[in-house]
Parts: sequence; C-alpha cells; structure tokens
Amino acid sequence: MHIVVCIKQVPDSAQIRVHPVTNTIMRQGVPTIINPYDLFALEEALRLRDTHGGEVTVLTMGPPMAEDALRKALTYGADRAVLLTDRFFAGSDTLATSFALSQAIVRVGQAFGTPDIVFTGKQTIDGDTAQVGPGIAKRLDLLQLTYVAKIASVDPLAREIAVERRSEGGTQMLKSRLPCLITMLEGTNEIRRGSLADALRAARSQVVKWSAADAGIEDLTKCGLRGSPTVVKRVFAPPSRAEKAMQIDTTDKTLRDLANELAATILTRQPALEHELTFRDGV
Amino acid sequence: MTEQKFDAIVIGAGMSGNAAAYTMASQGLKVLQLERGEYPGSKNVQGAIMYADMLEKIIPNFRDDAPLERHLVEQRFWIMDDTSHTGVHYRSEDFNEVKPNRYTIIRTQFDKWFSRKVREAGATVLCETTVTELVRDTKGKVIGVCTDRAGGVVFADVIVLAEGVNGLLGTRAGLRESPKPETVALAVKEMHFLPEEVIEQRFGLKADEGCVIEAAGTISRSMAGLAFLYTNKESVSLGIGCLVSAFTSTMESPYVLLDAFRNHPSIRPLIEGSEVKEYAAHLIPEGGYKAIPQLFGDGWVVVGDAAQLNNAVHREGSNLAMTSGRIAGEAIVQLKSRMDPMTKQNLALYKTMLDESFVVKDLIKYKDMPALLHTNSRNFFMTYPQLMSKAAQNFMRVDGTPKLEKERATIADFIRARSRWGLVSDAVRLAFAWR
Repeated sequence: MHIVVCIKQVPDSAQIRVHPVTNTIMRQGVPTIINPYDLFALEEALRLRDTHGGEVTVLTMGPPMAEDALRKALTYGADRAVLLTDRFFAGSDTLATSFALSQAIVRVGQAFGTPDIVFTGKQTIDGDTAQVGPGIAKRLDLLQLTYVAKIASVDPLAREIAVERRSEGGTQMLKSRLPCLITMLEGTNEIRRGSLADALRAARSQVVKWSAADAGIEDLTKCGLRGSPTVVKRVFAPPSRAEKAMQIDTTDKTLRDLANELAATILTRQPALEHELTFRDGV
Repeated sequence: MTEQKFDAIVIGAGMSGNAAAYTMASQGLKVLQLERGEYPGSKNVQGAIMYADMLEKIIPNFRDDAPLERHLVEQRFWIMDDTSHTGVHYRSEDFNEVKPNRYTIIRTQFDKWFSRKVREAGATVLCETTVTELVRDTKGKVIGVCTDRAGGVVFADVIVLAEGVNGLLGTRAGLRESPKPETVALAVKEMHFLPEEVIEQRFGLKADEGCVIEAAGTISRSMAGLAFLYTNKESVSLGIGCLVSAFTSTMESPYVLLDAFRNHPSIRPLIEGSEVKEYAAHLIPEGGYKAIPQLFGDGWVVVGDAAQLNNAVHREGSNLAMTSGRIAGEAIVQLKSRMDPMTKQNLALYKTMLDESFVVKDLIKYKDMPALLHTNSRNFFMTYPQLMSKAAQNFMRVDGTPKLEKERATIADFIRARSRWGLVSDAVRLAFAWR
C-alpha cells in the first residue's frame, strides 16, 4: 500500500499572542509544531503500513522552514517526505492550498506509486476550517471519509476499507472503495516514538523539495494569493468583558448566612431571575 | 537491532558539545550527536554573554549569520545595599570595533544556529534522544551508548560527554561524583521584554550596542552571590544566583532574591513597563579548579559544565565550554589521524592540551577564590557593601559636618565592623586569592 499523509507546520497556538496595540498576531519567536490533528492521521497511516506493508509519504506545502516538520514526521517513522515550496504558493487560502496539494499528490503518485489512501488531520489549529482535506478529495475525485474515529478493517486486495465515522448524533459504520481520502479525528491513537533507526534515517535523509513546476503545476493563477478568493477583512482581539468578579467577605459568618447573603446578592442584581424562580416554584 | 558505528558520539548539544561535534565533523570524522531536548537549545539556559574570540577559533566568520543580540560597549560593576549602589562603570568607544569582543545572545536562538553549523559540517544530530547508558566492553572501555529509543546500541571509538552540569550519565557510569551543593550555584533569571528604542534610551545605547550590569551585595542576603542585568535587542535578562549549599543553610528562596533585585530602586526604573515572558533556572558549576573531575578515560572524555569548567570570578562559562569542546575535538582528530586507539593513555592528550590553554590556567589562578568568598560570605556580601554605601553617602551628603570628622567616622565604622586585624586580613586574603 502507498499512503500519503498531508501535514501542516503551524505556530504553536498555545504560545501565540496578539499585539496589544496593533491587534496583529505576533508570530515572531513562536515555536512551530506539526499540526496536532495531523499526528493522528500520521500514526494511523504508519499502523496501516506496519500491518499491510507498503510506504508512507508525508507531504506538506509551506516555506522552506517547514522541512523541520517533515523531518520530524520521518523521525516518527514515515518513509519519505515531500516539501512543496515556492513563492508562488505564498498567501494561499484553503482553495489554493487544496489545488496545489492535489496536484502534488498526483505527482507523488507518478513518482512513487499511486496512493491507496490519502490522510489529513481533521483540521488545522491555525485555520480551523477543515476544508483542505475535502478540497483535495473533490479535486482528485476521491471518496472522502471525514471525522474518522477508527479504521475497522482494510482489505488491500478487495480494495475495500471499513471505518467508524463520528457524526452528529452517533457513529456511522461506513464501507468504501479504495482509493479514498480520510480526515482523522483527534484522540484516535497516540503518535509513536520512532526507533533509533528511524531517527538516524530521518537525520540523514534528504527531504524532497518541489517547486510548483516540479509538482507539475502549470496554472499558477490557481496558486497563492492570486488563486485565493478569501479576504481577511480585519483581525481584532475580542474586547474583555466588562463584568468584574465581586468579592463577599466571609469572615465571622456561618455557611447558612453566607448562602443567604449570596442568594440575596444575586437576586438583587438579577430581578428577572427571582421572578422566574418564584413563578416556577408556584407551578 | 541496528548496528551503527561512528568515529565519535557527542552527548549533548550545548556550547561544549557543539564545539566538539563541529571540530570533529569539519575534519571529516563520522560524528553522531545526541540531544535530549526537542531542539538544540531548548534545554539550555545562560545569562547570556558570548565571547567572540573562543567562537572565532571554531567558526571564524560566525558574525555573518549567528543570531547575536548586542555587542557590549559598557560594563557596570555595582556593590549594592538595600537602597543604593556604588558602581564602577567602564564604557569605551573602542568596543565599537569591526569585530567586537563580547555579545549578548539568547541561547535558544544561538544554539539552533550553532547546531545548524554542526549539521552542515557533516555530523548527524538527533534530538529528543536521551542517552540512558554507556556501553563498555569486557575490559571496561566505553564503546557505545544506549538511548531511550528502541533499537539497541550505537557504537563509537570515543564518547564525548558534553551533558551539562548535572552530568547524570557520567555519574551513573561512575566516571565522576555528582556535583555537591557547595560546588554548584543555582541561578534564576527572567526575560523582560521592552521595545528596542526604550532599551537604547534607558542605557544610552545606539544600534547594536549593549550594556551589562553585574551586582553583588546585600541583594544576596549575606550569601556569596551575583546578580546581573544584560541588555538584549528587545529584552533585558535579569538574574541572580547563589550556591545551592547557601540556599539550603539560609532557607532563602531564589525567587525571593530575584523579586528583591527586580524591585531594588536602582534596577526598577531600568525595566519599568516591561513584560516578563520567560523564567528559567540553571545550575552553574562554581567549585573552580579544585572541583574538576577526571577528564578522560578509556573511550571517553568529558567537556564543558559536566567537567565543572567554569570561571565564577569572571562569570565565564560558555567560553570555557566551547574551548574545552574544541580542544577535545582536536585531540581526538589528532589521535584519529595517527590511527591511535582511543585509550585512556592516548586521550590524556586532551588534558595536556587543556592544561596549556587559558581554561585551566585561569581556573588555577582563582583556585582559592570560591572557598574564600563562600566561607567569608557575610563580610564580603553584607558588611562591606553596607559600609561602602554608608561611606559613599557620608562623602556625598553636605550637612555642615567638617570633612575631617566625616572621614574619621567612616574609618571608625570600618574598624568597628571588622577590626583593624580583620580589615588587613580580608585584604591580604583577597589579594592572595586573586593573584
């Protein structure tokens, strides 16, 4: 089996700050990580490879520094890494990104074997759109299985896959033909610690770097800023709430008194609530 | 099971490890460097000042692309009591030279750069990989390492231990004792972020110029200790450190000292309005020459903080680390080129070369200083700073007292506090320890 996993290098959103004056996102010095959701996709791909044989190719589009994320994916045990990097890709929204990635996946197929499964994470933590996975599936005409919680079985010979998909109100058991695209749900597995051999291989191996031309992309109007109809109109920090916490003096008071005082304080501030409670008690 | 063989394995990607790995890899040796942190520098803490000369000897053109914060044009030494400081400042336009001598750096950025150079030189660098054990042959020679990753032993002709001050691996393997509370200082620091122009205005700097304050006195509550303030491009590093044994005997907390230093009337206005984004703590080897352990053995050498190579008096650590790493690397390259085996006898070359360098010579010069300062810490860090402040204030304050009376009062203060004999003996002992 050949499995392609699309990952993204993202700023560690836990460490991102908004500039107090300009309201812009301060990216400087913020460490980058592999989008955490993508790690569930990668681990699932590695498990399938370990069971059924084959290769895992990780693919990302990004600036040259995204190589760090790919090298990390190799350390986890991926067999090959491809970095799609070109200034033509700068400023891509999800439409342009899914276009470039889908073209690159076709090229990966030509170079290293047609993929049986394409994996992505559920969404990224910086954009949170969950659009790129389905976008790739649409462009490559792949069957898409989104929000997959578990892969029940894969039959490479019969070219069939059965998965559990989380949906609103329950779990769907789905069966699909291969090839397909899967977006993996979080918490479905835990990324492994690569062996020493994997780590050594990752440190030494070259990450394949493709420009738009290398990836066989001819229509550059669909790439980067030009191919991105999405416009960021304004970035702003939400205003902090006006309400402040109120403190009640608790010294020399019994619990009963305190409870009564608390209830009285709340009710004087929320007359509607008192009315509602009285009404309900009446019923 | 993978059987991998390298010429050398370097454990740790700090200053000494990077220097050793770079030196060997650039001479064509097959080098593996193992670092437990997520990336080189992620675990490394320093003030930090970087000395150009020592790095130039490893990477001559480092100024082209190394992430340097500011080159230092001004050094301030302060003796502090609770409300004042008495200072000696040295500032010179001569420090604005083409190749400045000292820089402030931020280790997380600097170490990443250094590690990139190591990889470009041809070494294999593995992060997030902790060495758990040294592997020996039947004769006791160290021949490889085990890591916390699955996949067995990696073999090498020689292991360079650059594992840092705690040196867990070397102590566990019985190569040396673990550092004692009396020989390591615990330093804490915080990074205060301020706009570039505010820093330049407050310290009278332009462009990449930097200023350093190093302070001692009542701030360390009678313990032997040193506080510092370093200017980076857009931040100010503030820190203080004292011996671990002093902290345990006085029951003082490092953060309380740092709080007091930060709120000292001489420091507070310098960092007014800053935003603290980082806290860090680190152990610093301060035992000096007498604390240096066995530096080499069959199949191994130890460098940097792990070898306790730190000049506490001049606050130099990273340059001793870089130099010891470089010298260990050069010694190994020499042995390798002569096809000599990495035995204890042959690796003694490292010690011989290190003894000839400034590293050991400086440590010998100050070999008695740690003991003197620590056993007399109350005098040097409480009594004298207070006396000095009082004397200075007495000298400045104009209140109608005749000058002669003022001077007599000051002298009387000194004698009352330390007695004539005490003053002479402190001066003589300090002079001898310095010599």
